[in-house]
Amino acid sequence: MSLTRQQIVKVSLLARLRLQDDELDRMTHQLDQVVSYMDLLAEVDTEDAEPMAHAVEQTNVFAEDHVLPSLDRESALSNAPKRDEQCYRVPAVLGD
Amino acid sequence: MSDPSYEIVIGLEVHVQLQTATKLFCRCSTRFGAPPNTQTCPVCIGLPGSLPVMNRQAFELALKTAVALNCEIPAFTKWDRKQYYYPDLPKGYQISQFDLPMSQHGYLEISDAKGAFAPKRVGILRAHLEEDAGKSMHDELAGKADSRIDLNRTGTPLLEIVSQPDMRSPEEARAYLTELKLLLTYLGVSDCNMQEGSLRVDANINLHVATPQGTVATPIVEVKNMNSFRAVERAMAFEATRQFDVWNDTRISLGAPGGHKTTRGWDEQAQVTRPQRQKEESSDYRYFPDPDLAPVIVTDQQLDAVRASLGELPAALRDRLQTERGIDAYDADVIVNQGRAFVDYFSELADIGGDAKRASNWMQQDVLRVLNERDLTIELFPISPASLAELLKTVQRGELDTSRARDVFNVMAESGDSAAQAMQRLGIQAVHRDELRDLCRELLDANPNVVADVQSGKEKAIGALIGQAKRRNPNANPNQVRQLCLELIRQQGSAQE
Ligand SMILES: [Zn+2]
Repeated sequence: MSLTRQQIVKVSLLARLRLQDDELDRMTHQLDQVVSYMDLLAEVDTEDAEPMAHAVEQTNVFAEDHVLPSLDRESALSNAPKRDEQCYRVPAVLGD
Repeated sequence: MSDPSYEIVIGLEVHVQLQTATKLFCRCSTRFGAPPNTQTCPVCIGLPGSLPVMNRQAFELALKTAVALNCEIPAFTKWDRKQYYYPDLPKGYQISQFDLPMSQHGYLEISDAKGAFAPKRVGILRAHLEEDAGKSMHDELAGKADSRIDLNRTGTPLLEIVSQPDMRSPEEARAYLTELKLLLTYLGVSDCNMQEGSLRVDANINLHVATPQGTVATPIVEVKNMNSFRAVERAMAFEATRQFDVWNDTRISLGAPGGHKTTRGWDEQAQVTRPQRQKEESSDYRYFPDPDLAPVIVTDQQLDAVRASLGELPAALRDRLQTERGIDAYDADVIVNQGRAFVDYFSELADIGGDAKRASNWMQQDVLRVLNERDLTIELFPISPASLAELLKTVQRGELDTSRARDVFNVMAESGDSAAQAMQRLGIQAVHRDELRDLCRELLDANPNVVADVQSGKEKAIGALIGQAKRRNPNANPNQVRQLCLELIRQQGSAQE
C-alpha cells in the first residue's frame, strides 16, 4: 500500500495544516514509509489471533460521581492566544 | 394534511444530558448556568498529559435507559475519537462510540389516546454514550469579528439515541419525542429541559413518492435548531410539503446527481427551514479507539440488576390504571403523562376517596388547572390527597353539588384549608338528607300545580321548586332536591291508588 500526494493534501486539510508544495512532497514520502511498515506487519500469520478492539488490557475503570474543584478561570484562560474577562475568543464561527 | 401520493419518512436523533453531578471523563461540575469557564479542568479542555476516566454514574444511567428502550446490550463496549475541528471542541476530537456502541436494536412503543394514528413500535438503531461540546456565542458588540467560547459544558455526559426511520407523520414524530421524554423522566436519568439544552433533537426526513414507475425516495434532509416538540412537528410538516414541491419541480431522487443529503435549520420566527452549511462526510471523522479509556464489560448479572431497578414504566402504568382502576385509555394516558408523582397522587386519592373515575376527573380538570395557573408541580400542590378525598366524598354523598364543591376546592387550593374548614369559611353546611326531605315536602305541599304537572309527565316542572329550595337553603344540592321531590311525588301517587 502506498499513499498518494492527493491523500496527503486531504489529510492536511482535515488536520487544518497548511503545507507548502515541498512540505507536501516530504510528508508524502515520510508518511508513505510509515504506512508501508504496516505492510510488513500484514505478512504475519494472524489466523489464530483474536481480533482486538482496543489496545488496553484493562476494562471497567470508573471514577465516582463526586465533584472536585475545577481550574480557576484565570488559569484556564491563561494559555489562550486571545481572550476577554470570561471567555476564549476565536475568529467568528459561521454556519450555526 | 397528508397527501396520499407520498409517504413521509422520519428518523430522529436525540441527545439527552444525563443527570450526573460531574462530567463524563473528569470531576468538574455539570451545573447549568455557572459563570463562563469556571467549570473546566485539564481533562475537559484537552491539555496535554491529562487522562479521562469514565464516570460510573453516567454509564449506569445510560445502561438503565438502554435497557428501558428494549436494546440489546453487548457484553463489550469501547469509546472512539471522532476527529473534527470546531472552536467549542478543545481536544480536536469528541470521545464518542463508533462501531461497538453500548446498546443497539431496541424499540419504543408509541400510541395516541385519541387514535390520531395506530399504535406502533419505533425502532431504536442505537443509543451510545458520548461527551458534549462547549458553547460558542457570537459577540455582536465586537462587530461580529469574534466568537466567544465557554467550555463549561464541554465533557458533559450525553446519551445519543438514534431511532430507525420508522415515523410516518409529524404527529408520530412528536408522539415519539413525548413518550421518550416521559420514559427518561420516569427513569430519572435526565431532566429533559429543552430550554437548558438537556434534550436536543435533530431529524432526518424524506418522502417516498408513488410514481407510475414505482416508489421513489426523495433526498434526505437533516433538520436542526428545533427548540420544542411542537417545533419538530411543524418543521416536519413544512419539510414534507417543501420536499414534495421540490420533487415536482426537479424530479431529483435520493442518490441521483444533486440528490445527496443536505442540512437545514428550522427558523422558528418565520416557520420555515433554511439551508445550512454541509456536514463533513462521516468517513472524514477518522474514528479510532481512544487509547486513554478502558473498554467496559457488562455482565448478565449486572443487566438483571438494572432490569430489577427500572420500576414501573409509563406503558405498563397506563395498562394498570385501566385494569385496576377502571378508568379509560384516554384518562390513564393524561394522568401517566403528567409524571410519576401525579400518578401517585391520583392513586392515593382514588384509594381514600373510593371512586377512581371521580378522582381522575378532578385530577384532570381542577388539579391540573391550578397547577398550570400557578406553574406548580404536583409535589407542591397545596391540597393533600386525603383532604381532596374528603371533599370528593362529600360530593359523592350528594351533600354538595359539583359547582359548590369547585368553590370549596378553590378555597382549599388558595388557603391550604381542609374541606371542612373551607366549607365553613364559605358558610357552606352539608345539608342532611332528612332536613332536605322536609324542605321538599313543604315545597310540594305549597305547590300542588307542580305536583300535578309532574304526575301528568312534565318532570321539568320540578325546576321551579329547585330555585325556591335554593332560596330557602343556599346549601341545598339541586340534584338532590330534584331526586327527593320526584321520589316524594311518586310515593304520593302510589299512596293514592
Ligand atoms: Zn473537567
